[in-house]
Amino acid sequence: MSNDNSNKNKNDGSSDPTPVTTTIDALRSLVRDRSVIVIDVRKPNEYAKGHIPTAVNLPLADLLADDSPKQVAKLAGSLGIDDEADVVVYDDTFGALASRIAWTLEYIGHKRVVLLDTVFDQWRSLGLETDTAAPSITAKNHTVSETPGILATHDYLESAVGNYYDNTGAVLIDNRERLNYLEQHIPGAISLPYRTLADNDNRILRSKSDMQRLFANRGIRPDSEIITYCGSVGTLSGLGYYALKSAGFSNARLYVRSFKEWKSLQKPTLTQPDANYWDLSAE
Amino acid sequence: MSVSEDSTSAHIQKSHLESAIPDERKPRENWARRSEADYFADTVKLFRQGRYDSDSFRRFRLQHGAYGTRMTSDYAMVRIKIPAGVAYPHQLEAVARLSEQYSIGSAHLSTRENIQLHWVVLEDVSEIFRGLAQVGLTSREACGNTVRNVMCSPLAGVCSAESFDSTPYAIATARFFLRNPMCQNLPRKFKFNFTCCEKHGMARMVDVGLIPHIQKSEDKDGSLYEQRGFKIFLGGGLGNRSFVGYQLEDFTPEEDLLYTSMAVIRIFDRLGDRKNLARNRMRYLVNEMGWEKFQNLVLMERAIVRSTQSVVTRLKPDHRPLEIKRPIRISELNNNGTQNAGYARWLATNTVAQKQDHYHTVFVTLEAGDITARQLVSLAKLVRNYSCEGVARLGFAQNIALRYVHKDDLPALYDALIDTGLAKPGALTMAAPIGCSGTTSCNLALTNSHRLAKEIQRKFLDLGLDQDGALADSAIKISGCPNSCGQHGIATIGFFGGGGRVGKDMYPSYSMSLGGRSDDQTMLGQTCARIPAKRVIPVILRIIELFRENCKTDDTLKSWIHRVVAGAEDSAISSIKDIQRELRPLLTPPTKDEDPDFYLDYGSDVSYHTKTGKGECAA
Repeated sequence: MSNDNSNKNKNDGSSDPTPVTTTIDALRSLVRDRSVIVIDVRKPNEYAKGHIPTAVNLPLADLLADDSPKQVAKLAGSLGIDDEADVVVYDDTFGALASRIAWTLEYIGHKRVVLLDTVFDQWRSLGLETDTAAPSITAKNHTVSETPGILATHDYLESAVGNYYDNTGAVLIDNRERLNYLEQHIPGAISLPYRTLADNDNRILRSKSDMQRLFANRGIRPDSEIITYCGSVGTLSGLGYYALKSAGFSNARLYVRSFKEWKSLQKPTLTQPDANYWDLSAE
Repeated sequence: MSVSEDSTSAHIQKSHLESAIPDERKPRENWARRSEADYFADTVKLFRQGRYDSDSFRRFRLQHGAYGTRMTSDYAMVRIKIPAGVAYPHQLEAVARLSEQYSIGSAHLSTRENIQLHWVVLEDVSEIFRGLAQVGLTSREACGNTVRNVMCSPLAGVCSAESFDSTPYAIATARFFLRNPMCQNLPRKFKFNFTCCEKHGMARMVDVGLIPHIQKSEDKDGSLYEQRGFKIFLGGGLGNRSFVGYQLEDFTPEEDLLYTSMAVIRIFDRLGDRKNLARNRMRYLVNEMGWEKFQNLVLMERAIVRSTQSVVTRLKPDHRPLEIKRPIRISELNNNGTQNAGYARWLATNTVAQKQDHYHTVFVTLEAGDITARQLVSLAKLVRNYSCEGVARLGFAQNIALRYVHKDDLPALYDALIDTGLAKPGALTMAAPIGCSGTTSCNLALTNSHRLAKEIQRKFLDLGLDQDGALADSAIKISGCPNSCGQHGIATIGFFGGGGRVGKDMYPSYSMSLGGRSDDQTMLGQTCARIPAKRVIPVILRIIELFRENCKTDDTLKSWIHRVVAGAEDSAISSIKDIQRELRPLLTPPTKDEDPDFYLDYGSDVSYHTKTGKGECAA
């Protein structure tokens, strides 16, 4: 809080030393200076049709094929990312896939990674410069220095999550859509659909003050420990993780194996009973 | 590939793009008050901290348009008022976004020109208020003991049978009563319904129903002049007990409209029953007092109101017409018609020629009023591109109308509706049943009326029954309990939910009524039989069969049923008793072993049992 005045003009008065997103304008100047490695998380065919200049392509599927820390470090190195590189990640899926990549880099100890605050479609609709060719990459070496403090395993989750209504233990946030949550969720979870995290103006995350108000309405305190999860591989909840960080909630973890693992382990789930809520859906 | 190398900020370019959106109409009314969002958020926190008792909180919540949800206090339904049903494209887009953010990704259109967002976390309700305020919408007084959303016929202004457009009066009435201290704590909810003509409204089934009317009078020197006014009906309404409203006087001139409305509300406020929540809508007061006495009271009260109001207490209808302008589309359309099949069917069952030459009103039918966020966004675009008045009008049948569509644009609009999954035919026929939300979200519901309405619609469209002109003016309406949110009482074939029993096994069922109507011969349907939920569709089809076997030339199902109900039919089916007899074979419950599905409600795979919570219609 002490830095609020000095930082008034940037990032909504953020006192956060490491913002989680960067703007289009900032990225364009970084790209011009060649002082950043940009990761495009979209599929190879989409990347080939046009991407932000200098961006390398890392489809999420390539990372998920083996996301062990060692392999991720190798992958990062092969894209020219060493420990000190500034990295910006973007996608075309409201920042969820980009978040999963960024979180994984963070997990192996990479500290200088942020998300583009909008999606590629927005970049394109503004008529900004794009490339079709892939840049030439000089492979680098990336070390592994695991950051277990941002990861929640199912064991950890079970031991940490408390009772939301009693304000005990960690808060568990389900970032899937509301109907999925009503149908089945991890006991103790509260529902915060990923769409809630975006703003109304094509940015993947709402402003810090809007985000803080959203969490404050839910009774979540800045010092709470919070775990996010979603349906399968930690994308929507990866965005949830960065939403928390953007609001200054630093004690956040991602249950990266999410509900898919939880169900396969046949752990207990809860259902909202006595209502045919699916029949309200027009899908 | 370099497209833009200049140093202009991306955001400046963006705002330039935004201003290029053509023909965006600015709403004339701002219904919102931004501070209510903060106030609501703070109050929820106090409530959660136990510093606000639950009864007071419930009243507060309802006053702000957040209704309770089935079997849980953690979720609310936010009912967004669309006064007179007039919705601007950007407002529809905002509702779409809010539904994805805070609700289930679908919105639900009610029969009262509200848009409902269900399964909203109570703590997020204030965020919805905030989002609504950005586009000038509110849910204030959409629930609770207040003047609810003021309704207006979706055809007001374009109906060939109307005397004049009642929309400005509906909007002015909504503006006058919203947040007005005189109606913040009525004995019970209170509803206004402005219609266009006798045929298209529900003037007699609401607290105050109004039909525009022009009276020709003679002035002092004997010359004729025309005076605008209304036929006003009071004390009608659907509910656990329904009543048909009474006409106050032959003609109420427009300058007396506000005084009459105020007088009625004052009487209701003063004399309405504040104790017996199940019997305290104004229609019960009228019924207990007797119409003549109530009528005299209203006329006297109006004289008092008229003589004691300051001159500034006026209704201020905004008569400036919306600009009618055919949007210019970038990809100019070919006028060769549509390549899609089904156009003629859609044209016949979903569109109405307006009194204005060359223009049509197009009704978009939804399944029981449900629309996805994506469809709402598409619809907003279609309103911009095809409605020459640039707004959507919500209807009385969980539907939406696009008006002032040029006849040459109809094929292209049909194609565009197909692309968004909104081109279902039968909008203005019996194949568009109404179903309240039922057990999908409502505390009082006994059955899944919502899903049943969808099942009937699908079946009817499969069978092509929307194309049978003899069925077109009939209506099917379904409520999940006796409280009539699905308006079953005014349906040709109406249903309300309940439970049946074979031994210890319960099954979902409906009480069926026949012959209800809401036109100039408004009457409530007569109870016919209890129909198990899974037999509702066969029963309706059987009734249609009986009609076809026994009707006279020129009969419609509606006219035939009316004769049967009135005992004025001379064929083999001459009374409700005959229909009961014909249906009997369909109504015998099988055992659970013979047909386990019979014991399940639609949309459920667990044994049926009735379960209800506390209703909040009266709070």
